Amino acid sequence: MNLTLKIWRQANVDAKGEMVTYSVAGVSPDMSFLEMMDMHNEQLIENGEDPVAFDHDCREGICGMCSMFINGEAHGPDRLVTTCQLHMRKFKDGDTITIEPFRANAFPVIKDLTVDRSAFDRIQQAGGFVSVNTSGNTQDANAIPIDKHDADKAFDAASCIGCGACVASCKNASAMLFVSAKVSQYALLPQGKVEATDRVLNMVNQMDEEGFGNCTNTGACEVECPKGISLENIARMNREYLAATLKG
Amino acid sequence: MAKLDSKIPAGSLSEKWTNHKSNINLVSPANKRLIDVIVVGTGLAGASASATLAELGYNVKTFCFQDSPRRAHSIAAQGGINAAKNYQGDGDSTYRLFYDTIKGGDYRSREANVYRLAEVSTNIIDQCVAQGVPFARDYGGLLDNRSFGGVLVSRTFYAKGQTGQQLLLGAYSAMNRQIGRGKIKMYNRHEMMDLVVVGGKARGIITRNLVNGEIERHSAHAVVIASGGYGNVFFLSTNAMGSNVSASWKIHKRGAHFANPCFTQIHPTCIPVSGEHQSKLTLMSESLRNDGRIWVPKKLEDVKAIRAGKLNPTEIAEEDRDYYLERRYPAFGNLVPRDVASRAAKERCDAGFGVNKTGEAVYLDFADAITRYGKEQAHVKGLDENDAALVKKLGQEVVRAKYGNLFQMYEKIVDQNPYETPMMIYPAVHYTMGGVWVDYNLMTSIPGCYAIGEANFSDHGANRLGASALMQGLADGYFVLPYTIGDYLADDIRTGPISTDSPEFEAAEKEVKKQIEAFINNKGKHSVDYYHKKLGKIMWDKCGMSRNEKGLKDAIEEIKALREDFYKNVKVPGTADEFNEQLAKAGRVADFLELGELFAKDALERTESCGGHFREESQTPEGEAMRDDKNFSFVSAWEYKGEPSKAKLHKEQLEYEEIEVKTRSYK
Repeated sequence: MNLTLKIWRQANVDAKGEMVTYSVAGVSPDMSFLEMMDMHNEQLIENGEDPVAFDHDCREGICGMCSMFINGEAHGPDRLVTTCQLHMRKFKDGDTITIEPFRANAFPVIKDLTVDRSAFDRIQQAGGFVSVNTSGNTQDANAIPIDKHDADKAFDAASCIGCGACVASCKNASAMLFVSAKVSQYALLPQGKVEATDRVLNMVNQMDEEGFGNCTNTGACEVECPKGISLENIARMNREYLAATLKG
Repeated sequence: MAKLDSKIPAGSLSEKWTNHKSNINLVSPANKRLIDVIVVGTGLAGASASATLAELGYNVKTFCFQDSPRRAHSIAAQGGINAAKNYQGDGDSTYRLFYDTIKGGDYRSREANVYRLAEVSTNIIDQCVAQGVPFARDYGGLLDNRSFGGVLVSRTFYAKGQTGQQLLLGAYSAMNRQIGRGKIKMYNRHEMMDLVVVGGKARGIITRNLVNGEIERHSAHAVVIASGGYGNVFFLSTNAMGSNVSASWKIHKRGAHFANPCFTQIHPTCIPVSGEHQSKLTLMSESLRNDGRIWVPKKLEDVKAIRAGKLNPTEIAEEDRDYYLERRYPAFGNLVPRDVASRAAKERCDAGFGVNKTGEAVYLDFADAITRYGKEQAHVKGLDENDAALVKKLGQEVVRAKYGNLFQMYEKIVDQNPYETPMMIYPAVHYTMGGVWVDYNLMTSIPGCYAIGEANFSDHGANRLGASALMQGLADGYFVLPYTIGDYLADDIRTGPISTDSPEFEAAEKEVKKQIEAFINNKGKHSVDYYHKKLGKIMWDKCGMSRNEKGLKDAIEEIKALREDFYKNVKVPGTADEFNEQLAKAGRVADFLELGELFAKDALERTESCGGHFREESQTPEGEAMRDDKNFSFVSAWEYKGEPSKAKLHKEQLEYEEIEVKTRSYK
């Protein structure tokens, strides 16, 4: 396949960026999107040009590092996949593909398609944990039976990979889906319930401080989430937050 | 250099760890506040160690090259984590986990370390549940288990096919708690460039900030390397793109011995290579072998018809299929250990029975499991067990609940539906048992420098059993290193902060800058990947699933020549003081080009076959691996002497007190 790529180029956080058009030839439909980007970068290096910077690591859809906004959608046109799992067979010969970084005020661009998502880490540091020491001297793992349905729902929430597609897809750049996934995971498990009140207050507070927008229930986040994290989690977090403020 | 001292404590095997913990030095809580520890890497081992050290009161500085510690490649582990809980009441015990691990490692691991690992395994599960890790549970609310290769019990705890992710997020959350308290200072997007040794002790590291290229000095009283394995020396592996040997290799060049570099795990069930463009390989979890049956056609004409697209595998009659693992190893069947399963796949493909265009693929078939589960469900629900369509539907639902994410991953990559047609799989490089040599305390041969998790060589011998990597990473980080490091640091309570103004820091920084400038100014002909791919091909062809003297000798010469060419002709675009992925990669590939040679040299010296290391010269008439205990019952620990070819071999003899060393059989 032969393709036209329109890629966001930006030298660093302070530089002014622009869309630059390239053409790439000989793309195999069996390539992953990132393999196509690799091939394009090899060509740029060959021609003495600066290769396009993009984040990526595991290339099997679990580390959450890859983060491109392709043809107006986080992780591109396929559903329930990250960019690294998107394959070129989803495109046609002659297509023009627009590639931008995940955009949000809270995600400053580092270079080209690479953004700084450390705001997510800081939200987790504010309360995304159970305050138990790591001595191993806790009670036996089977001491508290957990309803399988709750355990399964907690797992589903916990499968968030922290990629930021929810923020990039939201017209308000809200991080509610991300934050609510962590709040839900712990709210559903007896181990997490103990400090649920402080957790939700602290995490939401940090989320606001980082400059993420508010949730207006448009649901784009759920559609674009590569792990299918459900909007139910946002509803659960709202309940948790309300309960916490009433208590507080 | 003195004889290698493994520092295994005295006493009977089951009492060693308990006694050792009671006898080693401690650092008081007040003094821990005066001591700094650096941790490089934030996978299971690094994250759990950082969290625990900070919790104990040390000042921890943790480094990772990714944009967040949560991205470390432990996240991609799929199948599960072993622990001798015996919740299933199927005869498991600490001893059995210990025994299975030693046997699985083909009697090339250190007995005392492995026993300790089995001992602390149960604490890991307790700890993780307390942290809110959502393991799979049954309807009674208790934890569920499954089986992995090389064992006859169900001791693997799991969270669908995302166990590594859930465990890593647990360790990451423990770290976050300490970052929030200010006890861990986290450095994302930082690469360790060198170790600084002052007065014979590890006292800090030089790093490069990957965002702006700044070279920084960081000091500490001890340095912990938790940077994972070196599978990417093969270019194509199941490792993440950024996984590298550099932190381990830098400490090797500063005096840490590198042990058993040739012990590599080739995992039997990965998605086959599809073309030249391939950048990495994807694993299909070993847990699939609980339900999938591996086969190739019996007749060559069927193979030809399949490759030509004229025949579907589902059309081949039962009697025309060769379930070669069940045929060769009736006791363990499809659940033989990884090294055995990989070689058996290679044997069939080499004989011409590979089922895809490249001739390098075998089937992993779920049709039987789907029928079995479907009939069970129909029976439970009081429906017609003879309704084939219904049974298939019900069975597929069960399989989806167990392995849904793996099946989805397969379908996205291969564009075939594995519920309807068998998966195609082939072995791929996955894990490295070899690594930095450590003693019982996990200290390397440099005082004050430790190596934990996959980065060290310790527990898996010549072959690692499935679901044991997660166990070892967390055991080292949560429960072993935090004790043993205190014994060393007890002497450092009056040292005070380590200055970064010493000549040693100065010299190390200068060397780092020199290498970076050399890459930037080289203006050569070929990209970094060009060299990485060439190295990978040499490694796979000559140091892969089977090795022989001639191939290994050739590999050594070819890698040497490639390394020379690399330094002369590599082309690194951009500048040193910006976000420059190619520059970071050039440094990593430079280290792989040295490690690769030592790897081949180690494989050449070890003329026996054991575990993942198969020397063609050492096999039984049936083609099974033949160990040579008389001559090779030792750990090869290599000392750096200026370049890989001059490395000096030290042997740590392996003594087995509790276990009778036998020929490994899974028949």
